[in-house]
Amino acid sequence: MGAFRAAGMQRRGFAVAAMLRVKKYTEDHEWVELGEDGVCNLGISKYAANALGDVIYVELPELDMEVGFGDTVGAVESVKSASDIMAPVSGKVVATNEALEEKPGLLNQDPEGEGWIAKIKVEHEEELDGLMDEEAYIKFTEESS
Amino acid sequence: SEEELLKTPLYDLHIVKGGKIVPFGGFSMPVYYEDLNITESHNWTREKASLFDVSHMLQHNFAGPGAANFLASITPSSPKALAPFTSTLSAFLHPDGGIVDDTIITNISSGWRDQFYVVTNGACRAKDKAFISDALAAWRRDSQHGEVSWHTLENNGLIALQGPLAAEILQSLEPKKDGHELDLSTLHFGQSAWLTFGDVLSGEDKSACLVSRGGYTGEDGFEISITGSDHSNPTQTLTEALLRYAGPEKLRLAGLGPRDSLRLEAGMCLYGHDIDDTTTPVEAGLSWIVAKDRRAQGGFNGSDTILQQLKAKKDGGGVTRRRVGIVVEDRAPAREGAKIVNEEGEEVGVVTSGGPSPTLGKNIAMGYIRDGLHKTGTKVGVVVRNKTRPAVVTKMPFVPTKYWKGKGAA
Repeated sequence: MGAFRAAGMQRRGFAVAAMLRVKKYTEDHEWVELGEDGVCNLGISKYAANALGDVIYVELPELDMEVGFGDTVGAVESVKSASDIMAPVSGKVVATNEALEEKPGLLNQDPEGEGWIAKIKVEHEEELDGLMDEEAYIKFTEESS
Repeated sequence: SEEELLKTPLYDLHIVKGGKIVPFGGFSMPVYYEDLNITESHNWTREKASLFDVSHMLQHNFAGPGAANFLASITPSSPKALAPFTSTLSAFLHPDGGIVDDTIITNISSGWRDQFYVVTNGACRAKDKAFISDALAAWRRDSQHGEVSWHTLENNGLIALQGPLAAEILQSLEPKKDGHELDLSTLHFGQSAWLTFGDVLSGEDKSACLVSRGGYTGEDGFEISITGSDHSNPTQTLTEALLRYAGPEKLRLAGLGPRDSLRLEAGMCLYGHDIDDTTTPVEAGLSWIVAKDRRAQGGFNGSDTILQQLKAKKDGGGVTRRRVGIVVEDRAPAREGAKIVNEEGEEVGVVTSGGPSPTLGKNIAMGYIRDGLHKTGTKVGVVVRNKTRPAVVTKMPFVPTKYWKGKGAA
């Protein structure tokens, strides 16, 4: 899913945000995508899902949990190891992807789409400014390999 | 370390077969192959058959009139009492009773020469060599001690064929013992034989392979030691023949990933995790490797400590911690390092190995727990991500083993 960019457009404003689902990435390989009403989707990146191998269990964050940027909100378990999921923004967990409870493999199939992990109602949208866009993230993963 | 990683004779085959290579014990080894993920490969082994390259392990030969007594001085075993061409699990021991490495010792003595075939862990290669060198030097200082010749077989390959179809697959290669085809049903768990595979290994490669019934998965199977060659690759030749004769519907290559999950289900220790320099065989639940005649006499590294631990508690014996199996009653697996707590939340132990059990569909673990809490059925907790998950002490093996002990045997 590519990022839709229009030169000079502000990211704020609900109508504009609905058009501009820009995905941002953290150095811990999470992605976050701001949607309507200040609620963003989050998950782990394709790069992370590939590195983890087959996911056998996802420990989802608790609903209504207040999280700070960088807090551990859950974990992804693969056969050989577990990876913490860190909150890429601060806010409140308003939804979790229960499909992952039945089918953790969804995380490998479509980590940046159907395999989303949770939705957080964001307090400070500016936090997303500090994160990497797709191009910067790809560069970051290439440099780390 | 920055040293170059070693390659086994099957390295090229691993690459061709899409092995995901990682460093392990100083070697480049496959964790799994592109055709099956770890879980699939684990299940394949229990349902059909898998072939593991275990050439990274160190193979040794000890021979001579002093060999049995030398091995008896540094292990709790009775190599002399081992029936010909049978093997035992054993352990090299520190003077304080801690385990240097676990090992399998096979008596391959022939009429004219005492000889023992010994296999130790790949990851302990340097440590074991130093330990044996030192012990041998000390042994040789006593002129009363019988002569021992010690060789490491670093050109040999070692492969493990494991699973319910292993025997029929190996039989299809028409293995011969002393020139006559051997019915493998007569080779029982714990027994070994020199076998030739004339159709497959011929010419320069035709020297016999030492085939031992057993393995590290809990399934029926064989471990095959193949003499190395400078001019050819008999380990690869034999492996390719097994794959060809069996076909991909019966036999697949398997890597270190499923090897670990299979042995955990079978309740088997992994050195460096479930046993180490600080654990005695008694703490590790391996008292049975202390041979009966050694219990009366002692005279091996650590025997003072170990024989004391074997005494009843009322006689001052016993241990303060014991290795146990644990089933975690939670969807999060408990892994190495996870604390074990009692019902009051006090720390009473630690997990040394753990992960999901594909066969059981549960999370299993091994760890050490305070003596007294080690009984099957004891309810405990394991701490995973700062949250205590309910768990219960469980008898091992977690999955019943299927060792071949002959037709009609229990």
